[in-house]
Amino acid sequence: MMATSMDEMKGYQHDPGASTALVTTSTSVLENLINWSRRSSMFYLLFGLACCGIELMQTGGPRADLDRFGSVPRATPRQSDLMIVAGTLTYKMAIRCKLLYEQMAEPKYVISMGSCANCGGLFQLSYSVVKGVDKIIPVDVYVPGCPPRPEALTEGFLRVQELVKREKQKQKHRPSRAPTDTGAGYAVPEA
Amino acid sequence: MSLDQLTITRVEQADQGEMVLNMGPQHPSTHGVINFVVHADGEVMKRAIPQVGYLHRAIEKIGEIVTYNGFMPYTDRVDYLAAMFANEGYAIAVEKLMGLQVPPRAQYLRAISCELNRVASHLVSLGTMAMDIGAVTPFPYALRERESINDLVEALCGARLTYNYHRIGGVAFDMPDDWIPLCRKWLDHFDKTLDEWDRLISRNEIFVQRLAGLAVIPAAMAIDYGLVGPNLRGSGVDFDLRRDHPYGAYPDFKFEVPVGKGYAGARARGVVGDSYDRFYCRVLECRQSVSITRQACDKLPGGEFMAKVPKKIRPEAWSEAQSRIEAARGEMAYYVVSDGGERPYRVRARTGSYLAMGIIEELSKGLMIADLVALIASLDVVAPEIDR
Amino acid sequence: MPALTTEQIHQRLTGTFGEAIGPITPPKKGDPFFTIAPGKLLEVARLLKSDPELSFDFLQDLTATDHPKDGVIKVVYHFYSYQHRHLLAAKVHADRKNPELDSLEPVWKAANWMEREVYDLFGVTFRGHPDLRRVLLPDDWVGHPLRKDYTEAGGYHEISNVRDNPLDLYLNLDRMVKAQQPPPPAPQPAAAAAAAKPAAEPPKGA
Repeated sequence: MMATSMDEMKGYQHDPGASTALVTTSTSVLENLINWSRRSSMFYLLFGLACCGIELMQTGGPRADLDRFGSVPRATPRQSDLMIVAGTLTYKMAIRCKLLYEQMAEPKYVISMGSCANCGGLFQLSYSVVKGVDKIIPVDVYVPGCPPRPEALTEGFLRVQELVKREKQKQKHRPSRAPTDTGAGYAVPEA
Repeated sequence: MSLDQLTITRVEQADQGEMVLNMGPQHPSTHGVINFVVHADGEVMKRAIPQVGYLHRAIEKIGEIVTYNGFMPYTDRVDYLAAMFANEGYAIAVEKLMGLQVPPRAQYLRAISCELNRVASHLVSLGTMAMDIGAVTPFPYALRERESINDLVEALCGARLTYNYHRIGGVAFDMPDDWIPLCRKWLDHFDKTLDEWDRLISRNEIFVQRLAGLAVIPAAMAIDYGLVGPNLRGSGVDFDLRRDHPYGAYPDFKFEVPVGKGYAGARARGVVGDSYDRFYCRVLECRQSVSITRQACDKLPGGEFMAKVPKKIRPEAWSEAQSRIEAARGEMAYYVVSDGGERPYRVRARTGSYLAMGIIEELSKGLMIADLVALIASLDVVAPEIDR
Repeated sequence: MPALTTEQIHQRLTGTFGEAIGPITPPKKGDPFFTIAPGKLLEVARLLKSDPELSFDFLQDLTATDHPKDGVIKVVYHFYSYQHRHLLAAKVHADRKNPELDSLEPVWKAANWMEREVYDLFGVTFRGHPDLRRVLLPDDWVGHPLRKDYTEAGGYHEISNVRDNPLDLYLNLDRMVKAQQPPPPAPQPAAAAAAAKPAAEPPKGA
């Protein structure tokens, strides 16, 4: 089951008036135009860590083509607005993942691809694996699978496009302040 | 200390006039998460020190927690590009411990799935190598062929990447009825694709000039540093486990073993053991794998695909076995120790890529940074084999 | 180029080194091996490589197994010869309280990284190794994980190593949703007198 946000369960404090993912309100023509142009050219950061990285590669490949959505892989976080965490995150890699996430410019989105990035996957018995990438960075879409088929990853990508479609310019869908005490370990500096 | 305050504690000392750069662990040369600390004087490197462990998932420790059968999916993740070999290696080691005989049909199915996986793994290796050098076009060609292999193997076992197909005592599923004609059709198509590949990239002037004479590894050095597989054969050592210590169904097949001969040619100043030799050995191995798969499809025997295996696998107390197979990246050896219980006492996967990292620091003296990328690509390292 | 069996190699080595070579342990199924005394390890290794009949030029594997009940860490070596095509398995016992062995890096360069891994995961130090530091785990990791008595510290730099059970989270969600619903309407007196069942069922699964 794909959840668009675990916010309700984790208890993140939303900004007052922030729209949740399920509320639809009318948006102006300008907002529609901006959202359409943003979601049709989401560049993703190549963050293939493990086996899911190969399926990410195949999804960008000839058959299940991510390029038809206007999405091309970028090697640097400065030029990307979507981070697809594909694979197992280990403690040694965790700080680099967080650094890369913070180097991306707002608005940025994260797809957690595969079981290992969702919750640790089949490596939950391991001593060196972070049990889910959402312990460090906030995730928008979780794509299950081990590894997910290219069609599944494409579906996750389309969900992110839906999120972008429904955004309003004044209210971001992502909380800009997260409490430091969720147990997720992620703390955003005060704006 | 929170993650925000943690700084990377290792500080490399830079000599006079030298810069210390960090290449990785997130890097577009898609060989996985490996870090190189490069001491460079401009473009020329003094040395490149590999730092690994960013994908250490403790697979060997998990081997002591799960049962013998339950460890099979974890062997997939030891090398996800050539997962069939990892499965087979572990299965052979435990079969040695239990004294099981695998039926001939299962051995043929193992050989077919492994050779198809070898082609798939080499396609990724060659495609990413071309992409690292700068030629982006061959990469989608390789991915297109790999999609067809994924379809074939998916019809066989249900998964595209981490197959979990082999079992202790045989294979999990039998071949579907219409599989062999489809496979033959693809093999004929792939022969023509390999000719196209040769025209596109293997005989491409710029590609050859980039790789010829680069990072020559003499045979004695290759053996001393423990290189295996196409890396070893590219240096001129004529050794292949499938021919010299045959296992499974390989005694029934006729195939050649490509050995490095300086394929780049005298005009490009190619030497035995340079990067082009290692690259071209893989291309030739793809051809041999196609031939082996054809022979296996022709001679496939009937019968069972799984031996009679007890429900709970409990080898004798304090017995140990090592199995050696010729995986896509070289010799993979599984060392399994049993203490008489249901779970292994120790499982060890000795892979080819781990030792290839040891030679990079030695070879990188005097190379340029772009050559380092070509060297890593020619050694065909993948992060999970290094870190396990 | 004759390939020797383990018994023949064992005979050859006991001829030269005598007591330093232990007896062959042949398990009924699996591979035979023998032990080498830790003091003579480097000499035996040099002989294995240089002797023309043995000529083990490839250090195929170097790993370890932990035996807390026997108080040893057994370091396992596999040697292979490309010339003669024979394989040899040997073990060296290292005392578990202070495991220290000679490094084989001067003999085979392949031992460099393999000994680093054994140091990282088991804690065995190798004398004479040029660069013995952790390879697979972060540099500030505490402990040697592949030992049998290893326990995890509860996380790494404030990333905890447990994850909530998703079923608990869904139950929380159920409770939140129920708490937001309006309370059921008060029952009519006539209906309450007639009805035998209670008006509201107590919430389940709390």
